[in-house]
Amino acid sequence: MYAYDELDRTLINERVSEFRDQVKRRLSGELTEDEFKILRLQNGVYLQLHAYMFRVAIPYGTLSSKQLRRLAHVARRYDRGYGHFTTRQNIQYNWIKLAELPDALAELAEVGIHAMQTSGNNMRNVTSDQWAGVAPGEVEDPRIWSEILRQHTTLHPEFSFLPRKFKIAITASEHDRAAIKIHDIGLRLHKNADGEVGFEVLVGGGLGRTPFIAKTIKPFVHGRDILSYVEAILRVYNQYGRRDNIYKARIKILVHELGIEKFAKEVDEEWKQMGDSSLTLDRSAIEEVRSRFSYPAYEKLPHMPDELKQAAADPLFERWRKNSVAPHKVQGYSIVTLSLKPVGGPPGDATADQMDAVADLADRYSFGEIRVGHEQNLALPHVAKRDLPQLWKALDRLGLATPNVNLVTDIIACPGLDYCSLANARSIPIAQELTKRFNHDTAELIGRLHINISGCINACGHHHVGHIGILGVEKNGEEFYQITIGGRADENAQMGVLIGPAVRYAEVADVIEDIVEAYLALRDRPEELFVDTVKRLGVEPFKERVYATR
Amino acid sequence: MPLVKNATIVADPFVHVAEGAELPGDGAILISAERFLADPEALSRRAGKTGVIWPNNRPVDDLVPYLDRLAAVALVFPTFRDGRAYSQARLLRERHGYDGELRATGQILRDQFVFMTRAGFDTFEVKKDADAHAFAETMKRYSVFYQPTGDGRLTALHRRMQQRHSESAGQ
Repeated sequence: MYAYDELDRTLINERVSEFRDQVKRRLSGELTEDEFKILRLQNGVYLQLHAYMFRVAIPYGTLSSKQLRRLAHVARRYDRGYGHFTTRQNIQYNWIKLAELPDALAELAEVGIHAMQTSGNNMRNVTSDQWAGVAPGEVEDPRIWSEILRQHTTLHPEFSFLPRKFKIAITASEHDRAAIKIHDIGLRLHKNADGEVGFEVLVGGGLGRTPFIAKTIKPFVHGRDILSYVEAILRVYNQYGRRDNIYKARIKILVHELGIEKFAKEVDEEWKQMGDSSLTLDRSAIEEVRSRFSYPAYEKLPHMPDELKQAAADPLFERWRKNSVAPHKVQGYSIVTLSLKPVGGPPGDATADQMDAVADLADRYSFGEIRVGHEQNLALPHVAKRDLPQLWKALDRLGLATPNVNLVTDIIACPGLDYCSLANARSIPIAQELTKRFNHDTAELIGRLHINISGCINACGHHHVGHIGILGVEKNGEEFYQITIGGRADENAQMGVLIGPAVRYAEVADVIEDIVEAYLALRDRPEELFVDTVKRLGVEPFKERVYATR
Repeated sequence: MPLVKNATIVADPFVHVAEGAELPGDGAILISAERFLADPEALSRRAGKTGVIWPNNRPVDDLVPYLDRLAAVALVFPTFRDGRAYSQARLLRERHGYDGELRATGQILRDQFVFMTRAGFDTFEVKKDADAHAFAETMKRYSVFYQPTGDGRLTALHRRMQQRHSESAGQ
């Protein structure tokens, strides 16, 4: 965990006071709605279909049990007793009252939580691998760099009014769990030939109506130069990014219009002129941040404790373990994913009671630490293997042991037309229906398969990069859904391919079942994942199966 | 429209000269970039200070050769949502060493005062009277800053390092 010091806490409190003043001036009419809108967005407050929505940052997906309890408290006291975890390591509350927001923020600030730059045309909450610091084989803990970037991007005096939103993600593993290739800037931590730590810098990824996979702009930027290099990218974007059309304002369009070589040249030119700037991070500056991350005092534990051997006899436990438990860098420990995708439930939602209970379990089994991933699930990052059977029983009682992590019913979905003012179609009920179509045995037989649902082209459900992507559109006042297959968000990120004409709301679940059945018949062996079958055979056989009888 | 300079409301010594209007014989003037660049020499011979209003879509590099003869540069925020002039301001101050008046003009509102000051602006054509009167108070909103800019305010990191240094020196 990163420990905020007095300076961090002061800044967060100063931001709360500023926002309190802004809300007061809005309520008194001193600020127009036009003026206030931008100010509230800079602090994560949207006006949605039914109420204000409030998005709170969970920087690089790390939470303490104390912080999670406070999130639960806010859900209970200021909302309707639940929250929604998003695809960018945030939590959203859907029923907040504007006049009460400053108090909610003040309560969050007490535990070092804020909502700065969770929306608006600025540098958004910096995200990272939810297994950062515990996954085996990492170059180093990417959260150190995430925190350096979090500080640098917070209330930046030059880049708080960019052409459009700007998202940065960092990974330090070969397998990318942070989806860096669909971010405005993706940073992959690695070492050069001299063993020095730095970053491959990717730029111009993003989804929405013009999706792009990020391109590498520089294969290696030394860690000490990462702030100046990022600043050079931002400065080029701030000056030359389009401001005439909101749909063409993201950096991906600038990169596309200039071409990556020309864009890279502009950035290099700016970077060169910046020279050895005050942004250069010397070793002691990096160590300063590193020193404020604390790690658990792990015990020396056996690789295979007796408790685990005994529990293996229980097929229900085994099924959960196979899907939810991942290797830890320390022997005898595991990373446990808590599915927020119960059968029939809205993906990513957690009740206040569940949050409190998870906080208690984190204290008991995970050194008081919780993680939030872009797949809209939670994780306990340091669970001793001997505790897995007990933890499983406790999670099962809470409805948080659905054995579907990474399976067909572990669906990523945006809030859709049930909440969102931008949506054309519903997302949540589609996800709920799909979780009922595939029982746990079938899901296990199918294997890894990510379904992503967005209720409109803005793509908050990342439908382009779902193994199966479902996009809600509106045709003559009716909800229709376009289906894509073969997308992925990892180190081999690519966009899915449309299989054919959009289908009606009532047909979506049937169509997905057809696609999955086609896959089961077509895969050359049980281990061939859905995306690999699509890659091998293309969309045709799936298209035939879906449209032959429709 | 009140003018705030160095955190106080002051009378504006500069006259905005409209496009095509005749230049006054003396006194301080603010003119468009085009008009200035058309004949910078003539303007230098004129009695009275010259300031230029520089659009936010033109590189400040074009202005750099003339910085030493300008009394003011006014950068433009067509709306407060358009943040290009923040980059221009920092480039003028931090890269090109401009130390004359740097004026923010356009939709200048209270909630951007801190950002603008940090980017190097020292003079503000403020839209609303109440905002102008609240300038000094607004500048007190923040005491902690994460980014180094040319305004010289110490960053959180600097303060931490200093603290470490003094702690280890005391041991």
